[in-house]
Amino acid sequence: MGKTLAEKIFDSHLRDEPFPGAKVLSLDRVLCHEITTPVAIADLVWREKDRVFDKNKIKVVIDHVTPSKDTKTATQAKILRDWARRHEIPDFFDIGRNGVCHAIFPEKGYIRPGFTVIMGDSHTCTHGAFGAFAAGVGTTDLEVGILKGVCAFREPETIRINLNGSLPEGVYAKDVILHVIAQLGVNGATDRVVEFRGSIVDQMSMDARMTLCNMAVEAGGTSGVCMPDMTTVNYLWEFIQDEFSSKEAALADYQQWVSDPDAVYSSTLEIDVSSLEPQVTFGYKPDCVKSIKEMQGAPVDQVYIGTCTNGRIEDLRQAAEVLKGKTIADSVRGIVSPATPKIFSDALAEGIIQIFMDAGFCVTNPTCGACLGMSNGVLAEGEVAAATSNRNFNGRMGKGGMVHLMSPSSAAATALTGVITDARSL
Amino acid sequence: MQKKFGGLAIFLDRSDINTDEIIPAKYLTEVTKEALTPYILEDLKLEGFDPKGEKLKNATVVVSRENFGCGSSREHAPWVFEVNDVHTVIAESYARIFRQNMFNGGMLAIELPKADIDQLVALQQQGDVEVAVDLDGQSITVKAGGEERQFSFEISQFDKALIESGGWVEFADARY
Repeated sequence: MGKTLAEKIFDSHLRDEPFPGAKVLSLDRVLCHEITTPVAIADLVWREKDRVFDKNKIKVVIDHVTPSKDTKTATQAKILRDWARRHEIPDFFDIGRNGVCHAIFPEKGYIRPGFTVIMGDSHTCTHGAFGAFAAGVGTTDLEVGILKGVCAFREPETIRINLNGSLPEGVYAKDVILHVIAQLGVNGATDRVVEFRGSIVDQMSMDARMTLCNMAVEAGGTSGVCMPDMTTVNYLWEFIQDEFSSKEAALADYQQWVSDPDAVYSSTLEIDVSSLEPQVTFGYKPDCVKSIKEMQGAPVDQVYIGTCTNGRIEDLRQAAEVLKGKTIADSVRGIVSPATPKIFSDALAEGIIQIFMDAGFCVTNPTCGACLGMSNGVLAEGEVAAATSNRNFNGRMGKGGMVHLMSPSSAAATALTGVITDARSL
Repeated sequence: MQKKFGGLAIFLDRSDINTDEIIPAKYLTEVTKEALTPYILEDLKLEGFDPKGEKLKNATVVVSRENFGCGSSREHAPWVFEVNDVHTVIAESYARIFRQNMFNGGMLAIELPKADIDQLVALQQQGDVEVAVDLDGQSITVKAGGEERQFSFEISQFDKALIESGGWVEFADARY
């Protein structure tokens, strides 16, 4: 019987099975940010176990509130910064070099096919786009990860999503994943790995695959995964060229992580995207999804483009294409946060930042900020946002505020008109 | 040390209660569990539910529906329960990270079928609902007014071991 990618990673990383079904895996990456790590650090200090299992496998960033907005957030940043220095963790990204965790860590080449990755952040599932098993965990799992380099999981089953057909113009990875979540429901993939397959995924860039995997957790999924292929190799090549004699050799090696043709799935969902429309959420759950036409004309107060879902260069290009030479509606506040300094810098070089500025957007530094209502664009009570983020919970971007999730292209179109708008109608 | 389970129950009769509702993100700037205490379930909008009310203050058991604790991975959600002496959650199902966070902290997340939760919810009509947990017997005894019912639940050996060791840090530290 064949194995799924997730089963192969579990088999190769199994460190212990203290009880049937409880798989303790060795970890290749433990990722840390300043919101969920400080309590783990404090507990390790209190236990007199202030150690790290491997400073080269721990990657650290300050991203949620940066620059710090008050004494409390400055303290969180300081705890993380002092800890990273104390343990001489080489890959620590502080202000000026920091970006949204799920954008900057892949960009630095830290995530490879076959890796096990944890972070105290639910959107860690993003990194499965590289053919890794990547799971969001709580602070206690993170603490044990930091100290021992292990984490426990239940035996994974995998849901396979076959995405085929041809993606219509103006319809993007974000629309696809919103549609998938609508099919699965918010707990349809709980305790499952969500494997994205099919010709649509094969044709997608790594940026788009990360958008898909990013939202696996919104259906309850443990990790999203895509099969490593030449697109993966090309993305990673600058980081792996010393390890392999050629790209073909890298690809051949990474094939070991591709799910076997006779692998067993808990279920398979066939989706033909050929007639898919741009999607948007209504209500307060990510599975409340409609085609944008059905929501056309609903007013918004703020448009937010960025986040670990859609703050990458391809996303900014899509938005800029819609915004070019136009200005946003007077009734709307536009905010764009390129997800990393490199993305910001590339967007500057491509003239994208100028397009955003000319359109009337506020361009902020890379940060998670407004997505979870912590800083840089929090909503007032009763306000409505169109956002390229991943969660539309009641009050997510600020108490009493509402969020409509959509693609960067739809968000840009909505900024221009001040009401929810299908970019193709402009 | 193993925590105490059971006690007076409060009912959050809705599915998909997320961790933003349990503890809003603006309080994630706290760096101790204790500092979270006043903010428990602050943003939860539910008919008849008052986050500042006596009912929540006196409760040590939370009963809810499907997909409890979905959304953010923040362990601040189980922590805000812990610092308010809520060590037991009973629901139809959980989001994976929340469930793991409960057991990792030595707390108990009991899963019961919908029919059992329906019965529990109905018992509220009889008065205050008191839950007694028998971890070894894998059952709970629920009393309300003059009525008493028993429900059995499943718990994995691993989750039970986590509770008995006081949490995942203790378990992992002793073993790895």
